[in-house]
Amino acid sequence: MSTIQRGIDDGPAMSSRVLKTVVLVVCCAFVIIPFIGVIATSIASQEHVTNSGGFVLWPDGLNLDAYKAIFNGGVVQRALLISVVIATGGTLISLAGSTMLAYALSRPGSFGQRPILLIVLFSLLFSPGLIPNYLVVKEFGLLDSLLALILPTAISGFNVIVLRSFFMGIPDSVLDSARIDGAGDFRIFWSIVLPLSKAVLAVVGLFYAVGYWNAFFNAMLYINDTAKWPLQLVLRTYVINNTELSSGDLGGASADQLPPQESIQMAILVVSLVPILIVYPFLQRHFAKGMLTGAVKG
Amino acid sequence: MALPGLVLLLVFHYLPLLGNLIAFQEYLPFVPLGRSAWVGLENFAVIFNGDAEFLNALKNTLLITVVQVIFVFPAPIALALLLNSLLSERIKRVVQSVLYLPHFLSWVIVIAIFQQILGGSGLINNFLRSHGMGTIDFLGNPDGFIALLTSQVIWKDTGWGTILFLAALTQIDPGLYEAARVDGASRWRQLWHVTVPGIRALIILLLILRLGDSLTVGFEQIILQQNLVGRPASEVLDTYVYNNGVLAGQWGVSAAVGLVKGLVAVVLVLGANKIAHIFGEAGVYQK
Repeated sequence: MSTIQRGIDDGPAMSSRVLKTVVLVVCCAFVIIPFIGVIATSIASQEHVTNSGGFVLWPDGLNLDAYKAIFNGGVVQRALLISVVIATGGTLISLAGSTMLAYALSRPGSFGQRPILLIVLFSLLFSPGLIPNYLVVKEFGLLDSLLALILPTAISGFNVIVLRSFFMGIPDSVLDSARIDGAGDFRIFWSIVLPLSKAVLAVVGLFYAVGYWNAFFNAMLYINDTAKWPLQLVLRTYVINNTELSSGDLGGASADQLPPQESIQMAILVVSLVPILIVYPFLQRHFAKGMLTGAVKG
Repeated sequence: MALPGLVLLLVFHYLPLLGNLIAFQEYLPFVPLGRSAWVGLENFAVIFNGDAEFLNALKNTLLITVVQVIFVFPAPIALALLLNSLLSERIKRVVQSVLYLPHFLSWVIVIAIFQQILGGSGLINNFLRSHGMGTIDFLGNPDGFIALLTSQVIWKDTGWGTILFLAALTQIDPGLYEAARVDGASRWRQLWHVTVPGIRALIILLLILRLGDSLTVGFEQIILQQNLVGRPASEVLDTYVYNNGVLAGQWGVSAAVGLVKGLVAVVLVLGANKIAHIFGEAGVYQK
């Protein structure tokens, strides 16, 4: 930490450069090594996993038995499907609700604009509390319904504000000319505003999708029926709480053919990681920007 | 146009706010909402009379907050200073790409990964065992629970936490460093007299936000690991509300605790903001 400014320094001492490199390499190793171990354990051979005590850092080959076991039609495959449905369905509902709300708020003088804006902003300041949330979901009969995992978190005030500030940047003249040509509000929104906003829609959509994919507690709270569990709940039960996956849980594969539990557990972990890793390059670029925008505006 | 989004917000954000009224009722699950008997402040008795379980949850919450403000809060600042001092932009970007990643993982995944490293049959204990040494119980040790939570938060969010500080560091005028050097300031003095004042406003702002959240400490993270260490060591206000309300059926009492917690949090944010204004900093909002 010896030099503070970038580029214009007269060259830091060798020792401090070595120290910095060591610290950063150690930091990166702390993050990367566990991932390598998780993947390695999921594809290592049975003997290798057993001999290493259940967790290996480097595989002895490529053995996909654990993946075959979880994609044999059992609980993991079903939970994966449910998580995909929630993430895509939820993101669509969230985007529809948020963009429309944000568009209405982006045009000064539209009906009820000030009070609605206050309602959105105020929702960022407090959370109503666990018990009342649960009771509302229960009163609406949403317990054990996948909608309970979508509707309560569908509208994020923060995302509405991000969308609104983008929409406000669209000049009135563009919208007015469409209005003169006879387009109604919805037509303008659908054919002009949304196509102009593809980039911000992608970012906010990812925001929501990652949130739905990672959500765990609402599922634990609202979903008792194990047949409706999303992937994160399956992860908690079979990986964190170490409940054994029987052959019945894995689509009826015969028990003596099952790969070691550790490999199956790590394969489930990998499956839940992959979507995040796929979108990570976008997340990193745009979320960092979004966070700074939020900070500047806040 | 605003209607669908507005309805969702009202139903799932503002209606529950009204639902806090059950904190003043004797709520029974089979009685329709709003028909329960009013009991005044009876549900708040656990708070005012200092119920032992409640006090323990409060104590753990505050203890975790203090530990995390001391150890978690400065971590991204130090890392940002380190990254900022790198001469190669490319190395910096690679390191950032690696260290931002854990932020996007769910707590379930982070804890599952920690178990593979620290668990009874995890990497470290396997190593100890194969070298004939005794194993260490990292995950089930009540005395080490706060350290465990803290290390997990540091692992997950330190990289991501650097973003705001890195942005603030680029805003510092390079001329100030030059002037300081001309005046003979050492690197440490430059750090103290140029860098720290340059990011002080941001540090105070984030500290205010963190203090406003004093009563909220890693709910998902704790609930996932609570059965390993037991409730006495791990109960915080949020888990108290969940365990006593949803699981044990004391709806009114839990709602009361949740409500008081929410109100105190608002007071904390406003209070911290006020203090920032007194010290001449911008704070979260302007008057």
